[in-house]
Amino acid sequence: MCAVRGLTKTYPAVRGRRGVPATPEVRATDDVALDIGRGEIFGLLGPNGAGKSTLVRQMTGLMRPDSGSVEILGHDIVRHPERASRILAYLGQESSALDDLTVSLAAETTGRLRGLDARQARAERDAVLDELGLTALASRPLRKLSGGQRRLACFAAALVGERPLLVLDEPTTGMDPVARRAVWSAVDRRRAEHGTTVLLVTHNVIEAETVLDRVAVLDRGRVIACDTPNGLKEQVAGEVRVELVWREAAPLHVPEVAALRDRTVESGRRWTLRLAPEEARTVVATVTGGAAFAALDDFTLATPSLEDVYLALGGAVRQGLVKA
Amino acid sequence: MSVVPAGALPAGVLTAEEAAPPRPAALGPRARLWPSLAAVYRAQLSRARVARIPLLFVATFQSVGIMILMRGVVDGGGEARAVVAGSSVLVVAFVALNLLAQYFGQLRASGGLDHYATLPVPPAAVVLGAAGAYASFTVPGTVVTAVFGCVLYGLPLAHLWILAAVIPLAGAALAGLGAALGLLAPRPELATLLGQLGMSAALLLGVLPPERMPEIVRLARDLLPSTYGVEAFARTFAPHPDWAHVLADLAVCGVVGVISLAVATWAYRRAAVR
Repeated sequence: MCAVRGLTKTYPAVRGRRGVPATPEVRATDDVALDIGRGEIFGLLGPNGAGKSTLVRQMTGLMRPDSGSVEILGHDIVRHPERASRILAYLGQESSALDDLTVSLAAETTGRLRGLDARQARAERDAVLDELGLTALASRPLRKLSGGQRRLACFAAALVGERPLLVLDEPTTGMDPVARRAVWSAVDRRRAEHGTTVLLVTHNVIEAETVLDRVAVLDRGRVIACDTPNGLKEQVAGEVRVELVWREAAPLHVPEVAALRDRTVESGRRWTLRLAPEEARTVVATVTGGAAFAALDDFTLATPSLEDVYLALGGAVRQGLVKA
Repeated sequence: MSVVPAGALPAGVLTAEEAAPPRPAALGPRARLWPSLAAVYRAQLSRARVARIPLLFVATFQSVGIMILMRGVVDGGGEARAVVAGSSVLVVAFVALNLLAQYFGQLRASGGLDHYATLPVPPAAVVLGAAGAYASFTVPGTVVTAVFGCVLYGLPLAHLWILAAVIPLAGAALAGLGAALGLLAPRPELATLLGQLGMSAALLLGVLPPERMPEIVRLARDLLPSTYGVEAFARTFAPHPDWAHVLADLAVCGVVGVISLAVATWAYRRAAVR
């Protein structure tokens, strides 16, 4: 239902001013091609600055690409960006347009601006607020809510007025588990009842693994992989992640431990290693058996996550993916 | 994907599929101008109620304060009319021009415009709804200022009903200007600055009696849209108001209002798709 071909956008270089360093030309999306099927929950995963939001802004008609095409449900969004608003609902990262409104008015107004008449807008507002458990907060201004509640209220506004495609840019940021569950069950219901398609932007790997049907991994504006979460993980199936947490410092006097040091990603007391299963077994035996054990606080052995996939695929940014 | 080999299919099945390229899906409804304008107006007015009431007090006290100050300098006559009319319209300038420029400047900088840009709403509805709400929000302050000024300077209250025309027309002109400044300013601080400057201009050029000004300032005064609202309002304090002149001034105000709102709408379109 949604096809993206050769989408490229370059931000021009900015000359430095006093207090503002110059930034070189940045290719925010680089020849991106994607196909999203109807009823799919499709994810864009990547660290901050990978070009996820820029890609989504081009797909929603908010930004004109330098070249390439975006077709959603047979409509050319690059040539007719105004049609995007009649096909999709977009939940951006910013809530500033709704911040001073009450939850109820934010949802109702958004519905009216999505073309519903007053009665429909009120009915859908009530249904959506009820579905998401926001009825008790309906008369509170968004500004007075916590970050997660505000995000949920914005999500509610995005749902008022049915659309075949939902574009959600990090919808669950700051939400507690109850709110997250409300979001995903609302998405699932729409998918089951109307075949709604979802394009989800996230940097949360756990969420990506649990809710997505397929995921495109973005790195510096390029799609470096696109498959189901399991399919991607199979690409690094030969590896196991070993995490070692030392009590104070790593016992480098133990030769086996010292030998591991140049293969590890260190973060304070925590060492992360990606190893073949055989090797992993040896390492665990070493650190739990001999002299190293006294210095060991905790260890975990895990099958690879999407984060490992990202790193294995050559993702350049070592930080930025969230595991929560 | 079908597992049946293409050759096994009865003739016509595939060709029918291939011949017709996927038909574009039906689009969702478009929001029509007036209902969406009403929805934006209502939302913005409730926003203003929540967040902007203290600022309305500031605007009113500022105008009242100016009138009290000028009381020592001006006593009666044409100058008193100009001060009262100018101070009343200043409330409109403060809210419609200054606050609206700040609002749109911040909305644009924070990415809040994306919300409206991804809804099928006519740009004019967003701009007019916000401008209208900000202009209506000035009504109590303007009326209070005008009544207070009339009492202070001993002017007749009989024709204050003219505010019913002055506020929307001057409001349209100033709100359109404010929205355009906010949407065109490359940075929010610049939008704030331009809004403040616009309001200072309305203050200096509207409140101070023009007879004492040098030629160049009078020219600037003629260029400022709020001037015509001030003039129209000031004329109604005369014992026998010259209604033809009042109408002409209001007409200028209205024309400037239409132009500035059109510019603001164009600026919104430009800001929404970057």
